Parts: sequence; structure tokens; C-alpha cells
Amino acid sequence: MARPTSSHSKPGRTLLLLLALILALGGTMFLQKAFTPKLGLDLAGGTTVTLSPVTQNGAAPPEEILDRAVNIIRDRVNGTGISDAEVAKSGDNIIISIPGVGQSEAIKLVATTAELRFRQVLAMEATQLPQELTTQPATPSAAPSGSASPEPTASPSKSARSEPSSPRSPAAGTPSASPTGKALSSALTAQAPDPTPTATRAQKDGQSDAKQQSDRQQNDQQQVQKKGQDPKASPTPSPTATQPQQDSGVNTKGIDPAVLKQFNSLDCADPKNRGQGVQDDPNKQYAGCESDGSFKYVLDVAKVVGTDIDTASAGVRQGSTEWVVQLDFKSKGAGEWSKLTSAAFNSPEPRNKVAVVLDGVVITAPNIISPIPGGRAEITGGFNQKSATELAEQLKYGALPLKFERSSIDTVSSTLGQDQLMGGLISGIIGLALVVVYCLLYYRGLGIVAVLSLVVASILTYLAVVVLGHNAGFRLSLPHIIGLVVSIGITADSFIVYFERIRDEMKEGRRTLRAAVEVAWVRARRTILIADAVMFIAAVVLYALAVGGVAGFAFAMGLTTLIDIVVVFMFTKPFIALLARLKFFAKGHPLSGIDAERMSAHPTGSSRPTTPQEA
Amino acid sequence: MGLGRRLYRGEIDVDFVGKWRLWYGLSGFLLVISLAGLLINGLNLGVEFKGGSVFSFKAPTATIEEVREGFQEQGVHQPIVQTAGDRWRVTTETLPENTMLAVQNSIAKDYNVPVNQVDVQSIGASWGGEVSQKAWIGLGVFMLAIILYLSMAFEPKMALAAIVALVHDLVITAGVYAWSGFEVTPATLLGFLTILGYSLYDAVVVFDMIKEVTAKLGTTSKQTYSMAANNALNHTLIRSLNTSLVAILPVAAILFIGTTVLGAGTLKDLSLSLFVGMIVGTYSSLCVATPLLVTLKEREPRYQAIAKRLASQSGKGAKSAAAAKG
Repeated sequence: MARPTSSHSKPGRTLLLLLALILALGGTMFLQKAFTPKLGLDLAGGTTVTLSPVTQNGAAPPEEILDRAVNIIRDRVNGTGISDAEVAKSGDNIIISIPGVGQSEAIKLVATTAELRFRQVLAMEATQLPQELTTQPATPSAAPSGSASPEPTASPSKSARSEPSSPRSPAAGTPSASPTGKALSSALTAQAPDPTPTATRAQKDGQSDAKQQSDRQQNDQQQVQKKGQDPKASPTPSPTATQPQQDSGVNTKGIDPAVLKQFNSLDCADPKNRGQGVQDDPNKQYAGCESDGSFKYVLDVAKVVGTDIDTASAGVRQGSTEWVVQLDFKSKGAGEWSKLTSAAFNSPEPRNKVAVVLDGVVITAPNIISPIPGGRAEITGGFNQKSATELAEQLKYGALPLKFERSSIDTVSSTLGQDQLMGGLISGIIGLALVVVYCLLYYRGLGIVAVLSLVVASILTYLAVVVLGHNAGFRLSLPHIIGLVVSIGITADSFIVYFERIRDEMKEGRRTLRAAVEVAWVRARRTILIADAVMFIAAVVLYALAVGGVAGFAFAMGLTTLIDIVVVFMFTKPFIALLARLKFFAKGHPLSGIDAERMSAHPTGSSRPTTPQEA
Repeated sequence: MGLGRRLYRGEIDVDFVGKWRLWYGLSGFLLVISLAGLLINGLNLGVEFKGGSVFSFKAPTATIEEVREGFQEQGVHQPIVQTAGDRWRVTTETLPENTMLAVQNSIAKDYNVPVNQVDVQSIGASWGGEVSQKAWIGLGVFMLAIILYLSMAFEPKMALAAIVALVHDLVITAGVYAWSGFEVTPATLLGFLTILGYSLYDAVVVFDMIKEVTAKLGTTSKQTYSMAANNALNHTLIRSLNTSLVAILPVAAILFIGTTVLGAGTLKDLSLSLFVGMIVGTYSSLCVATPLLVTLKEREPRYQAIAKRLASQSGKGAKSAAAAKG
């Protein structure tokens, strides 16, 4: 926004600045080869997906659970705020409509369940991945906890302690030992084809005979079993505890035999088994796979769940390029989290790990190297920006209480006929023409300024809508178009306020036009800013609190308010200042709209209202 | 001199404030009628709020107009017609069973498909309770934010007057919908939201001038708060009328085309609420917000003192009456 003091003397410069702004927006448009706005569901049609709930017993889900799912999906869909999507319930199904063709990716994202659980690891076992064995037989890439995290089972000396003894591994010490409460260290690096040399060395140091994958795994299991006999091993003694099953090679103390049976039969090498299986019940122990299939786990009941999360955000950890999801727990969740990490901290391998389970799949299961109070945690695990952001969004907007399958995906046409769009545009043009005629009749010469201001505002709006459509997902629906047309009135008001002030000053008959233009501006500016602030507050509040179409509309409203301010400050005012130098206006030509003869008829007129005096 | 010419020169003096009884009476009457309409008729909520029925069928030869007309002939008010893949998908309000059967049969006959291949599904509200609840919360927060802002930018009494005028506008606009039976769709709601902004915008510009004029009122002033406020109103009258006209012209064009050329639809829903709301908004910032503000302000001791002094002076002679006008 131009400083009014500078525009007093340099209106040309401000106008150039505006030109630069328009060219910049136009340039963006050309670079992105995007010349038309993105249209919303009602105008352009979109993709409709029907989601059918999948329940464990096949029965229809309770109504309120379905309603909750609808609301969560709606929140997720509207997470971007301006997407103009629609979510409705249809019988037991949920129908999601997203503007634009081929949006099945977006729908997949909103329909995933994102049920997050934090579960203590009770037992774990590396999976034999045949393809990796053949290609990299001697690397530790498939070894129990990967390269970067403190390797628990490879080094017997380490497993007896709680502190990581391999600070050589660069990633090991940084995240989890930091006192700020950052919690989980990276564990999902087993997939990485190139484990860091230090970690490899660490493993070799601890374990002389690590040549064969199967051998090492055998060792691991034996160590796990040995440690498991430690009295501290089972923080949650289960009434169903059975005799340790020697054949499984894991410490089975405290493990539900049914879950153990699942664990033993679980084949994580088969990608089909790793996907979102049956939803894990947070109150039961669970046998599941790591998301890349490198490990299988027996996990304790979930002590901390997704609903304990207050907010989630995606970010890059300081000093690295790794994407992480940061969590803040609610107060109750923070206490539970502290307890869970203490319990894990006080347990031997592999029970010193806490697994992060998303939709039944273990994302990561890092060692807990100290109890974590304070209610913050970080999830790592091979995220990129997109996947980290997606997970954070899913966690933020809550977990779906149901699992869904997509039963049909359709491309739907617009809900409104083309006639409505045409009608809207035609009537908008007619309305604009009426406004132009009125401005020219009433304000004459000044009317030209008004009309040009409207033209500039229209150009800016069009450019902004196109650029935002392609960069921020803003989609124009028919109500938006009407809203933009209506905002003409509000844009026009700004210069009507200004014009009337100028005419006031002229009616006083004490000033030259050039002086009147400046004095009137100081007063008009205040009014315009206060009034626009009201519109802007309305837009911000509605955007922040409302949903769906309302948010999009509020966005359009805020946009036009900003454009109004830009136009008045950077076009109308400097343009009038330039015109005031012309003889036509300065001498008050009858057609200029500010001729003294027409305006100041009777300075002593009895009914003339008091004119505000200059302070 | 004609009214238009006097308006142009700003030589017009309407006693908005003095006639407050008339405006309060008129507004009260309109409010009662509107509330009665809301209670008796209620609002005709659209499919998006109440849920409805979705008809799905194959009719490769049909055009969108034919399908829409076919539904309207069976008494369906505002069918939403789309294509989904190679099928037609028509969303209607929840229909009574016999209408539903009639529609099914007529589709089957018109497009030569077996009746059992015309699927009917009931669909829930896409603007369910949660959405509406959020919208109400949004409205509440918005009002609080505006009251805070106007209290700071102006003063609490102006904030109060502006909000009362705003509620006044919304209730009357809603009343028009209740009595006319026009369908309330999300588009209508967006129209309401625009009115929120517009109504306040108008009031703010007027109040800004009132603040400027009344700031100069001192113990020796020759004007009461009422007079000063009325002068300020008259002073911004041209602006108010011009602004309203410029804003209403496009809306009127949309409304005209929406109702006469296109018949029922989003355009009409949206533009009607805007049209009514803008007219009421202009009226209320002149005739409701300002008189209400004056009523509140005249109770303040300092303005009471001015009014008293001027009243006793005017009793003494015609001389002071003339002075009060200047």
C-alpha cells in the first residue's frame, strides 16, 4: 500500500507500482499457462466417490458413529479451506464430491482412517525379505532396527543399558536424547539401501558373526528371549500369561496366546498382509507389520491413542532434511505418554520400544532412551513433505471411527446448467454497464475515474482468482461469482466516499482542486480503512470457523476487500491527483463533475447541512 | 428546484432522527411480520439441509433441459440435474411416496427404460447439523469481533446500534424468505453473509461521519446530539444512496434475469436475499442504527445538558431557534 504522503507528490510512481503488481500477477499466469479460473463443483462438476463402511461383523454401523465419520471427512476435505467440496450421508454410505475430474487421490486421502495408536513393543522379529537377501546378502539392511537408530539386539552390551552406546551413529543421539521432549528416534530406515557405515560398523563390533541374515536373526531372538526373563520385562502382567513357547523364539511373557498365534502366522514379506488389515482394537494386544514389511511385532494394548493428540504438524527437524510429524498431546494424553515412555524405558529389549501404529501398520518403533514428560512427540519414518503433511492433517482432524471401502467412483457433471453460469455472467455484465452509466451521469469527469477503478479492480480480481486457483486450490462457484459481482458495490463505495469528500472540500469554496484532493483523501482514507476492516474481519472469522462453501465465499470476500484497498490507494487516489493537474478538472469544467457553479449554489442556504470543518 | 438537483448539491435535509417513532414503529412492524412468518411458515430448506432423494437412470438421448422439465412436471420444485458417467443423476427434495413413484414411472416412460432401472436413493444433508452449528458459532464469533472492533474504532454504543441494525436486517430478510417460500440453499446463506458485511459497511461509513460531526459538540454548542447526528446523516445521504444504488444495480440485474429468464435456481436464491438485504440494510443504517444511537447518546449527561440549555433558549425567542439551525 502506498504511503499517502508520498503519493501526494508522486502519484506516477504509485501508478507504476500498481502496473508492476498487475504485470507480476499476469506474468505468473503466463508462466503457469493458466488463463482461466478453476471452477467449483456446481459449475465444473467433479469426482464423486461412495464410501461404504466395513465393519468387523458386517452389521450396519451405529448412526452416530457414521455421523462422526461424516464430520471428520468433511473437516479433512475442508482442511484446505477453499476446495468447495461436498460430503453427504446416503443410507450407510458416505458420498464425497470433490470439484475437478480425477480427484480420486484426494478422496483416498480423506477416506483413510488414520487411527493412530502408541503401543509398547512386546516382541519383534525381522522378516526375511527374499529379494533383499539375494541382492544384499551381507548388509544389515534388514536387521532388526535399521541403521540409524541405536541397534538393540546387535550389541549385547547395549541391550542391558538404557542409554544408547553408539553415539557414532549420527542420527542416534540427536533426536531422542534431546531434552526438549522430542520423543521418537528414527527407526524406519531398515529399508534404506545404504545403511550408514558407522551403523554397520557398530553392528559388526557388537556381533562378530553377522554374515548370514538368518543367523543373525536367530541370535536376535535368543537374546530377546534371554532378556525377557528379566523381572522388569513385563510391565503389564497379563492374566492369560502362558508358558513361553520355545519354538517362537520370543519372550512370550504377558502376551495373549491368540495374538501370539497371529504373530507366528503373520507373513510380513507379503505386501498384502501389511496393508490396513482389520482395525486394531486399542484395548487388545496386536500383532502387526512394519509398513515396509521388514519387521513384525507383538504390541501391547494402546496406552496412548490418536484422540489424545491435541495438534499435529509436519516439519523438518532442525539440522537435518528429514521430514517429521510433530505431535502435541492433550493434558491427559501427555500424562499417559509420560507413563508409557517410562514403562518402556524401564524395560529390556525389545520392550524398550514404543511402536507408532497407524491404521494397524507400524510406522516406526524407536527405542525409548528416557521417559518423556511434557506432552510432545515426533514421528519419523521416511516421510517426505507430502506424506508428512498428509499424516499431520489426518491426525489433526481426527481419526475415522470406521473403515471404509470405496464402492464407486464417478465423474459427475456440474450441478448447475450452463444456463445459470451464462445468466450470472450476462446479468453481471448488464449490472456493471448500469453502474458505469450511473457513474458517468452522476460524476461526469470523475465518473471516468470510477469506471477505470472498476476496470482495474476487475483485472486484479481475475488475475488473483486464476493465480490462487492454480496455486492454492481456490475454486470459483456460482455464489463466488455473484459475490464478486456484488463486491463491485463495495469497491465503488470506496471511491464514492472519496468523491463526496472532494466535493465537500470544493463546496467550501476555499481550496484549489489539488489541495482539496489531498485534504479529502486524508479523511476518506480513514473511513475506507475502517469500513474495509469490518469486511475483512467478517471474512477472516467466517473463513476460520465455517466450512465448505462458506469458507470459500469468505475467502473471496477477503480477497475483494484487499483488492478494494489496493485499487483505492494505488489507483483511484494517484489517478485523481494526476487529473487534478489538468486544466479540465482544476478549472472546474462543467463536465468534470466538480464544477464550482453546479455544486456550491447557496453558501448561506438555510437548509444546508453542517459541513465538517477541518480540524 | 428538483429533488435530484437538490440531492446532487447536498441541499436536502430529511429529519431521520426526529422521526424516530415512525422508523421504530415501521421496523417493529416488519420484525413482527418476519418473526411470524418464520414461526408460521418456517423456512423452506433445500436438499442440502434436509437431505433428499437421488434418482439415477440411463437416458442417452435426453438433454439436461428435458430431464429437468420432466421432473418439474411431476411437481418437483428444484431438481438438481447432473450426469454421472453415462447416467443421469437428479437430486430432489425428499418426495412423498406417490410422487416418487410417479416420477419413476414417468422417467421410465419418457426414456424407454424399465422402471426397476430407475434407482432411487435417499441422501442425507450435506449441510448437516454440525455444519449449521459451525455456521452459528461463526456468526456469534463474528458479532463479538465486530462489537469489539467497533467499540475500539468508535465507541460501544455505536457498536451496539450497528449490531442491532444488523440483526434487524437479517431477520427481515429471513422473513421475506419465510413468507415467499423461496428455497433456502447454501447459496442463500452466502447471500445472508454478504448482507452481514454490507449492512455493517454502510453503518460504519455513516457512524464515521457522525463521530466526526459530534466530536465538536461542547457545552456552548448550538446543536444537540440529535441535530448533529441528523446533519451528519444528511451529509452522507448522497453517498449512502449512491453506494446503495451502485451495489443494488448488479444484484437487481441478476435477480431480474434469474427469475424471468432462467426460472428457479441458484441465481434467484442468492440475488433475492441480496436484493432484500441491501435495501433493508440501507434503510436500517439511516433509520434504525442512527436513531438508536441518538436515543442511547441523548441519555448521557453532557448531551442532556446541551439539549436542556437549547430547549430553554428556544423558549426565550425565535432568535436562538435560527441559531440552532446554523
